[in-house]
Amino acid sequence: MTRIALWLLGALLLAGIVHLSTVLAMPTAANQDAFSRLARLTPVNTVVPLPAAAGQDATMPFMDPAFAVAVCRYDLSGGAIKLHAPLSQAYTSVTFYTRNSVAYYAINDRAAGRRAIDLDLMTAEQHEQEPEEEDVTAADRLIIESPTLSGLIVIRALAPEPSLMAMARRALAGAQCHIEPVAAQ
Amino acid sequence: MRLFVSSCLTLLLAAAIGLGATWLTLTRGVAFGSMTIGAWTAWPKTGSVNIDPYARATISRTGALPIGVGDGVAFFARTDDAGNVLDGRCTFTVNGMTPAARYWTVTLYDAQGRLVANTIDRHGFTSAEIVRDGAGDFAITVAPRARPGNWLPSGGVEQFVLVWRLYDTPIGVASLTTKEGPMPAIARRSCS
Repeated sequence: MTRIALWLLGALLLAGIVHLSTVLAMPTAANQDAFSRLARLTPVNTVVPLPAAAGQDATMPFMDPAFAVAVCRYDLSGGAIKLHAPLSQAYTSVTFYTRNSVAYYAINDRAAGRRAIDLDLMTAEQHEQEPEEEDVTAADRLIIESPTLSGLIVIRALAPEPSLMAMARRALAGAQCHIEPVAAQ
Repeated sequence: MRLFVSSCLTLLLAAAIGLGATWLTLTRGVAFGSMTIGAWTAWPKTGSVNIDPYARATISRTGALPIGVGDGVAFFARTDDAGNVLDGRCTFTVNGMTPAARYWTVTLYDAQGRLVANTIDRHGFTSAEIVRDGAGDFAITVAPRARPGNWLPSGGVEQFVLVWRLYDTPIGVASLTTKEGPMPAIARRSCS
């Protein structure tokens, strides 16, 4: 009797380990996560507008259909990224996701406070290697550090009414992301 | 021999329970740090680097991109205030107040997060377009067939999910208290 109880206890302990390790391994094992889905549709380091969320075959689940969405799938291995996103009239936001869909930074039009959201995205290492004198103009430059080498920048523009969707899409059409040219010194 | 059989049984049992628990938690969408107001639940931490491992696993599996905390917060409702499952064959009303936000949107999805097809191509409302009465209040009717006023078609799906997203809001950023409310009330009226 005690022997069976011990075997059962062992099984439960092992089950706990199996459960925790599968939960922790899921982000690296998943092949249907947002990045993988977008990797099939979007070239790297380019802003691509996503098709309207309407219909059964949306790119990702739980997308807000009131928003026009554009995505920049970035890869920082070639250098830092410059992002430029013009603001639409209603509400515009830019959210940064790691390779595993963790939202590590988000900014909206009011926080940006200008006519466009301009950001520099780089890894912590690239940030350290930035030349010192450029810090003088740091107030004009918003630098975001990406925890991962690749990830997603998602630009969202609200269409307050369905008839304004075309306007929101036009605003996003002006968005750009590209590798920063290495400063010639 | 007996030792071998017992070990095999133990390993099988461990794998079954462990994987079963993982499957259950990921399909139910278990996550910590939730904030519930009435029928609505939000997980503000899921939109930040403080996301817990369960929410991380869930979003990797479903492919969703959670709304970032600097952007807004999303409240999910899968039942009405009385605990009835949101059934697309029934009529529900959604009315009341919303917390402070620059914009909000409400969207109807099926249980998997897909939009529900309907003849008028209506999947939700924004705070700018919803029809309000003289006092500035609004009422949404979720029903399979056309209704006057703010009709949100549910297409007769077996189960639907309402997502209320608040954009540019202090909620979820500064605090996690449930006194931030109120959120709109959901009530079942009739079932066809």
